Amino acid sequence: MALVIENVTKLVEKDCHINDISLQLEPGTFNVLLGRTLSGKTTLMRLMAGLDKPTKGRILMNGQDLTGVSVRERDVAMVYQQFINYPSMTVYKNIASPLRLAKVAKAEIDRKVRDVAEMLRIEKLLDRMPAELSGGQQQRTAIARALVKDAELLLLDEPLVNLDYKLREELRAEMHEIFKRRNSIVVYATTEPPEALALGGNTAVLYEGRLEQFGPTVDVYQHPQSTRIAQAFSDPAMNFVAGSVDATNLRLGDAMPSALEQHLNGLKPGKYQFGMRANHLQLQSRTATDIEFQANIDLAEISGSETFVHVTHNGAAWTVQQQGIHQYQIDEQIKVYVNQARLYVFDLDGHLVASPDNASRQLT
Amino acid sequence: MNKWEDNKAWFMVIPVFLVVAVSAILPLMTVVNYSLQDIFGPDQRVFVGLEWYKDALTDSRLHDALKRQLMFSSLVLLIEIPLGILIALMMPKKGWGASLSLVLVALPLLIPWNVIGTIWIIFMRPDIGLLGAAVNGLGIPFDHTASPFAAWVTVMLMEVWHWTPLVVLLAYAGLQAIPEAYFQAARIDGASAWSTFRYIQLPKMRGVLTIAVLLRFMDSFLIYAEPFVLTGGGPGNSTTFLSIYLVKLAVGQFDLGPAAAFSIIYFLIVLLFCWLFYQVLLKVGTGDKP
Repeated sequence: MALVIENVTKLVEKDCHINDISLQLEPGTFNVLLGRTLSGKTTLMRLMAGLDKPTKGRILMNGQDLTGVSVRERDVAMVYQQFINYPSMTVYKNIASPLRLAKVAKAEIDRKVRDVAEMLRIEKLLDRMPAELSGGQQQRTAIARALVKDAELLLLDEPLVNLDYKLREELRAEMHEIFKRRNSIVVYATTEPPEALALGGNTAVLYEGRLEQFGPTVDVYQHPQSTRIAQAFSDPAMNFVAGSVDATNLRLGDAMPSALEQHLNGLKPGKYQFGMRANHLQLQSRTATDIEFQANIDLAEISGSETFVHVTHNGAAWTVQQQGIHQYQIDEQIKVYVNQARLYVFDLDGHLVASPDNASRQLT
Repeated sequence: MNKWEDNKAWFMVIPVFLVVAVSAILPLMTVVNYSLQDIFGPDQRVFVGLEWYKDALTDSRLHDALKRQLMFSSLVLLIEIPLGILIALMMPKKGWGASLSLVLVALPLLIPWNVIGTIWIIFMRPDIGLLGAAVNGLGIPFDHTASPFAAWVTVMLMEVWHWTPLVVLLAYAGLQAIPEAYFQAARIDGASAWSTFRYIQLPKMRGVLTIAVLLRFMDSFLIYAEPFVLTGGGPGNSTTFLSIYLVKLAVGQFDLGPAAAFSIIYFLIVLLFCWLFYQVLLKVGTGDKP
């Protein structure tokens, strides 16, 4: 009883949009498709929905091959980036429309529409036209229309991207509640790592049409299997520094060698790439064992209550995420610190070798 | 300082005022002036008050022309709007077919209006015209210079051929502006082609269709060149529309006073209808009662 995607490839005029993806999604799960623009999220969703046919491979639902079956014959609902509602129908009729097309009894429609409207807090807007609603309310209506169908497969394609910051936070927080009690397979596409983390469930990281990693969201975040996944699932992008390990010491960039500690202890001597998340780089040393780098400030931007300091170390561009608002001179020399416990280690091919093992400490 | 800055704005506005005054307001005031006088020559004029307005409102030939005009404009809207939408729906959405069909559809709009009249005179001639001779060849007598019915059919055909492309272009632009996601959503909902049209395409085209209806109404209500060339308002007065009658009055009989009064009335009628259409179309499909 699941949606199985089997070696699916989608070519559009020789351009490979989806490259040999296999994936199994279970009913009652929340699955995030995470990837940048053009990574194939929307294409994969269209294939899941049956809006497009895969060039190669099969799509199975509950063991039944649906590869060539048109979307009309399937049990799918979808929410889009744009707020898609029927412009000349009231909110009530909009939400009721999939049920009316499915010839559900009137009383049943009424009950379901009111239920789902209440859950999305639009029960007072049922008589309005979509054009009279705010963006957030329009998207709530579209989500209600998708939910009311109780489809086996519910696809949400970056549904919050066109909303302003406040509304996005608000609706995202409600998502948990909305999808908790469902037995559907929910698939949610996003470009934003924080959104994936906030939504939880499972995450599939897509990169240039390939599935890079699939697993519980926190797991993928803590143990990104490659530098690419670490890049995609990190905002701002992960910072990298080349370094090496010998029997007892760790050398990172220009920094002084330091003794190997904790999760780095078992590393074989050799050259590695070390990944550091922006929030783990510091501008003050906290412990005596912190590794110290010399860096040059390129730019400092203030965002909310944080400061993003863009620096260069040895030609590599890094971003330091600093709490609070700080001002810096461009081209100022500065010291950047990182603790060994925070380091992600990748081999020279980009595969994960070691990741910080203390999850709770890492997220502070 | 502030005062001076405020006044400076006038320097920007005054040139536009002058242009509008010279091009629109002064001629309009001249027409109002004419409509209140009886004019015999450059220096011989008598003030007659609202005499010409009374004449115009009781002129049975003007009433007939107005009826014809309303009939004509109604037919134009009833035929061109649905036909335009239908053609726009059938046109390819992308690729070379889209460009080609756009060019083909736009062709009639590129031809000068009096040339269109001439083309249709030749096209409909019972002896050598392609369509006229064909219809007569089938044993159906058809001559737009002799039968009022044939004249109407010919004028309508010409009008539809000439101006439906404008509706097509507007409707096509409206259709192209609908995000693809709407059609996907409709497919996922299992909506039929008719429901997709009725609940997505038609409401989404409301803005451009409002413009199309207004433009087609105004243009068809003011039509002059094509029927003037094609039928000259005949046979009899059967295709004498308002503007043709107006020109006969002003230029043909040189009755400047009555023609001026008639012009003002004509202008007000167009204004009134456009306002009505606009009010109704603004509210259709928004849930408000029109």
